Amino acid sequence: MGKFTVLDLLDLDLKEHNALNLKCIGGRPGLTREIRVPDLNRPGLALNGFFENFGGERIQIFGRGETAFLNKLESEGNTEVLERFFEWEIPCVLFTHGLEPTPEFSRIAEEVQCPVLQTDLTSSDFSSRVLRALGNVFAAHETVHGVLVEVFGIGVLILGDSGVGKSEAALELVERGHRLVADDAVEIRCVSGNILLAQGANRALGHHMEVRGLGIINITHLFGVGAIRDTKQVQLVVELELWDSEKVYDRIGADERTKEILGVKVPYLQVPVKPGRNIPIIIETGSMNERLKKMGYYSAREFNQSVLKWLERENARSAYFRSRNTPPDVFGGGD
Amino acid sequence: MTERDITIKNRAGIHARPAALIVQTAGRYDSDIYFRKDSEEISAKSIMGIITLGAGYNSVLKVVADGPDEEEAVDAVASLFESRFEEE
Repeated sequence: MGKFTVLDLLDLDLKEHNALNLKCIGGRPGLTREIRVPDLNRPGLALNGFFENFGGERIQIFGRGETAFLNKLESEGNTEVLERFFEWEIPCVLFTHGLEPTPEFSRIAEEVQCPVLQTDLTSSDFSSRVLRALGNVFAAHETVHGVLVEVFGIGVLILGDSGVGKSEAALELVERGHRLVADDAVEIRCVSGNILLAQGANRALGHHMEVRGLGIINITHLFGVGAIRDTKQVQLVVELELWDSEKVYDRIGADERTKEILGVKVPYLQVPVKPGRNIPIIIETGSMNERLKKMGYYSAREFNQSVLKWLERENARSAYFRSRNTPPDVFGGGD
Repeated sequence: MTERDITIKNRAGIHARPAALIVQTAGRYDSDIYFRKDSEEISAKSIMGIITLGAGYNSVLKVVADGPDEEEAVDAVASLFESRFEEE
């Protein structure tokens, strides 16, 4: 993510109860100012001339109270505090309830090129919406080298060294009816605390893939819009690696292995690759197994439970037969 | 051809975890390694085979190895059973 400017805030494409209904009513040249912190400030104390610990780097919200105070200041001709207010590097000032700034306020804002925005929402409604929106924009994020495919509704992040066959595996998955989200550079953001939302690092480039021997191919054109998806939660990480005969691979799958991305633990599979192994089918089955686990059925553990129960029963039976087959010595039998 | 009788000493018998340990150990040797129980004979390198053998507590198996490193293979597998697969 580059700089997030006030203009980017105005440009955010948010709908219904997320919409910010913003418009710029002054200080237009300042729209390139950067918003550095995802936070708001109500400048009540500052307007009274108290600037200690003033959150000047935040968006300044003017609600009914602040606007009424501005009107009072202006009617008293006491606008010196506004000059001091605008000395701070404020990203923008914002009027809620569709309120208008006073003429002197507008004049100074124009002079220092500080953008003045307006929304018809109430202050509290606007605050929660803008904090939500900025929370997503400022969420922790990282770009990983891999391919993200949606397989049976599960977002599968395929990792591995280059040349191990990530793209080929993804291509076959797409061919089998699954969806490509991003190839090569996957940008992952942590939203709402523990959801990893991923998309292609460069959305302008669309859904392309580089396959050795074919070059760059356009997935949307080749397979249709049903074969792509813009964003998807990362729910499973599959790491492909060349088969190492010295290494011990999971044969049971009863232990839950996870990989940490941005501090969130994601189920993790390590799949060894060697010629003749059909990786796409393994990934498909892995995703379905992941869905089963989410529904509460844990194949490997249930299997082992059945085995233990069965062994227990066999034990009891053989003990029973042994006691029947070895009667007391008076009969002279037994072994 | 090397053979040895082994007794299962862990209470739970051979379930998934011990089976995985056996397969891991057996996989390190080039010899063919088998378990014999009654009339059954299964490869020590097949995890599902070992589990479905149904080897419970105190049952006796014969481990058989055939190949260049058969002695070591039998020793290694038998010592796993000796150590009760690190279970009680």
